Amino acid sequence: MTFTVDASVAARGFEVSLSLGPAETVAVLGPNGAGKSTLLAVIAGLLRPDTGRAQLDGKLLFDLQQGVQAGTWTAPHRRGTALLAQEALLFPHLSALENVAFGPRSAGVPKGEAREAARHWLAEVGAADLAARRPDELSGGQAQRVAVARALAANPQVLLLDEPMAALDIHAAPLLRRLLKRVLAGRRAIIVTHDVLDAYMLADRVIVMEQGRITEEGPTRALLRRPRSSFAAGLAGLNLVSGTVTSTGIRSAEGLEFAGLHDGPLGEGQAGVAAFPPSAVSVFLSEAHGSPRNSFKVTVTDLEPHGDQIRVRAGELSADVTPAASADLSLAPGLEVYFVVKAAAVAIYPA
Amino acid sequence: MNPRPVGTYSGIPRWVVAIAAVGALFVLLPLAAMAARVNWAKFIPLVTSEASLTALGLSLRTAAASTVLCVLFGVPLALVLARGGFPGQRLLRSFVLLPLVLPPVVGGIALLYTFGRQGLLGRSLEVAGIQIAFSTTAVVLAQTFVALPFLVVSLEGALRSAGSRYEAVAATLGARPTTVLRRVTVPLVLPGLASGAVLSFARSLGEFGATLTFAGSLQGVTRTLPLEIYLQRETDADAAVALSLVLVAVAVIVVGLSYRRPAAGTRSSAPEKRVSP
Amino acid sequence: MKRGLRAAALLLAVALGAGLAGCAAPAADGAADGAAGKTLTVFAAASLKGPFTSIAAAFEEQHPGIAVRLSFAGSSDLVSQLNQGAPADVFASADARNMAKLQDAGLVEAAPQDFATNVLTIAVPRANPASIGSFADLAKPGVKVAICASQVPCGAATKTVERETGVALKPVSEESSVTDVLGKVSSGEADAGLVYVTDVLAAGNRVKGVAFAEAGKAVNAYPIATVQTSRNKDVAAAFIAAVTGPDGRRILADAGFGTPGA
Repeated sequence: MTFTVDASVAARGFEVSLSLGPAETVAVLGPNGAGKSTLLAVIAGLLRPDTGRAQLDGKLLFDLQQGVQAGTWTAPHRRGTALLAQEALLFPHLSALENVAFGPRSAGVPKGEAREAARHWLAEVGAADLAARRPDELSGGQAQRVAVARALAANPQVLLLDEPMAALDIHAAPLLRRLLKRVLAGRRAIIVTHDVLDAYMLADRVIVMEQGRITEEGPTRALLRRPRSSFAAGLAGLNLVSGTVTSTGIRSAEGLEFAGLHDGPLGEGQAGVAAFPPSAVSVFLSEAHGSPRNSFKVTVTDLEPHGDQIRVRAGELSADVTPAASADLSLAPGLEVYFVVKAAAVAIYPA
Repeated sequence: MNPRPVGTYSGIPRWVVAIAAVGALFVLLPLAAMAARVNWAKFIPLVTSEASLTALGLSLRTAAASTVLCVLFGVPLALVLARGGFPGQRLLRSFVLLPLVLPPVVGGIALLYTFGRQGLLGRSLEVAGIQIAFSTTAVVLAQTFVALPFLVVSLEGALRSAGSRYEAVAATLGARPTTVLRRVTVPLVLPGLASGAVLSFARSLGEFGATLTFAGSLQGVTRTLPLEIYLQRETDADAAVALSLVLVAVAVIVVGLSYRRPAAGTRSSAPEKRVSP
Repeated sequence: MKRGLRAAALLLAVALGAGLAGCAAPAADGAADGAAGKTLTVFAAASLKGPFTSIAAAFEEQHPGIAVRLSFAGSSDLVSQLNQGAPADVFASADARNMAKLQDAGLVEAAPQDFATNVLTIAVPRANPASIGSFADLAKPGVKVAICASQVPCGAATKTVERETGVALKPVSEESSVTDVLGKVSSGEADAGLVYVTDVLAAGNRVKGVAFAEAGKAVNAYPIATVQTSRNKDVAAAFIAAVTGPDGRRILADAGFGTPGA
């Protein structure tokens, strides 16, 4: 009982292969235009891929071969893939209750029963008191909760969520995130998100998509602890340097040597990455000595507040310093400084 | 009807307002001039004469029938034009909208060569025992021909501005295309559909050229109010003016009703439509 | 109220005038203001288009320096235009009733003169599908007849013939002009139509005429007169003389018109 999808859309440079267990929630992360929404549209049946095959619990969603005219194509309404978008998209002419009853009604459930089910799901998302409201009488957060109830009431075999929190204000988002954590437990779902917090809280597994392809994939915690792509490293808040494994650490393509701790047995010469948090990086105006330390000359490109620290960016790398330290060093973009990180803080693992 | 709140910035230059006033006058003044010429003493007997009432009744009935036909054919056409993607779509739209710019008499001639006794379909229809020429059916066909584009244009616009995202969501919730159409699409564009239907009705009511060419003119069968006005003008100018005023009144009522602000709850898709009192 | 309307009309006229002046200017003069030239404006019933065009050409040839401007329309439309002050010198009507309307309005200079007659005929499609041979055939069941409405001259004549012959027609359409009746016949929609002899001749070979004896019961006389407001009354009188003279008679006869009193 699994869900597998394998699809390519040539015009969008999209080529993805993915499978989900029966109660697995997968978070799809990636920069804008990476093809995350395309993935959902292909699964929901709103976009026809050029080639590919998808199967949901034994039901064939599509099977399209190159050069074969008539493939198999299941219409969206027969797929069992409810879609929850950034905006709630509640039908404006129906009450909240009728919106939630829409799925069951479409499945042929009698009106009374469908309303009963709708009340149940509204209660489930804590919106029982909103049943009689029209969508234009709901706040953004309320509307999105009703939309969640509507999607769940359709009893989807896979729930597709396309950045469900993105349009909500900062007060409504945590509430919905908690709600999703509750209702997604034990369900199969794919959630597209920009927010690493969603991945932490909601997903069992994370997929990173870049330029239409999956570039990284793994259990959420493992991936965020040991990112291999720069995008995932950015999400995890880690500096990432890729290169070739040496006996003491790694050598980057530019020839920089990083000393660090090998994560398990590693062969010299194989491709690897070095990861270390910005908080482990110190900033000096002159080269510091003393082993085992990594020290390299960089040019400050940007300064930005990061919590109660100042994040100092220098190209791909960053360091966190206190505001006081930043002032003492007179840090400014263009200034040449030395980033110093203890070898003990650098993790080396295979790419 | 819902005036702009006092104090908000409108940004319309005065000279634009002045030209707009002339434009409005250009439309309103002839109507006022006609109203000023009405022989009010004879007005009631003139408009309640048997010929007038018969013509008015026929006009209302045929316009209602052609509005039904417009909705029947116009809704699918608008859907196909707004949502479909197929080769020749733009061409189809141009042709569907053609009656908007065609002189009605040309439409009448075209219909004649289609449904007339010697026409493309007329001959087969005659064999089947159906005669359209000189019948009330011909009037309805002529009116539908000229009024259909009004419904299609108005509805296609509403469909486009409503977008297809609601429909996509409805489909992923398990609704069949017909269910989506019935429970989502149509309710969403109801204001556009209603105003399109009213425009079609009004256009049907005013239809003259195509009817005259295609259907003929016989009291109670094919002589609608515009044809009656045209005929009365030959002998009795007072009657023609009085009946014209009746037609204007009916049209104003119909259009006025449709351009009211749409009811709450359907606001999302309806384009802003207002008329000043 | 009325004053307000008038003020509004004036405002509109000024505004539109500015825009329309450019378009209107070239059409206004022409031969009208030549030093020696005079323009004679003739309003004539639509059925006179053929013969009056020929008569006017001959008249211009015989009277150098005079240009004849012809305006053809339904007689009642022309009367309405004249009542609204349209500038014309001669009015030729298709029936006495419309000439009488103009006389009632005091716009006719001297007593009108009948210059032509016209009688009804049956127009049928070239193939004559309903085999119409007489007026009585028009009342046969299943025959689709188009006639003029009684409000227009040809309809009034039709009513007279019906009364005189005792044949009651059940028309499928009562059109508001001869042109519309002819249209229904030539397109084959109607099996027959009642129009004037001259109309069938003018329509060429699209339709065929079936003459019937009873047509003589309703002879329609065409009166012509000088318009009271004319500023070229002598030229107008000369034109009327040309119409009623031998050449005019011949041209009218060629078009199918009869001679009054003959």
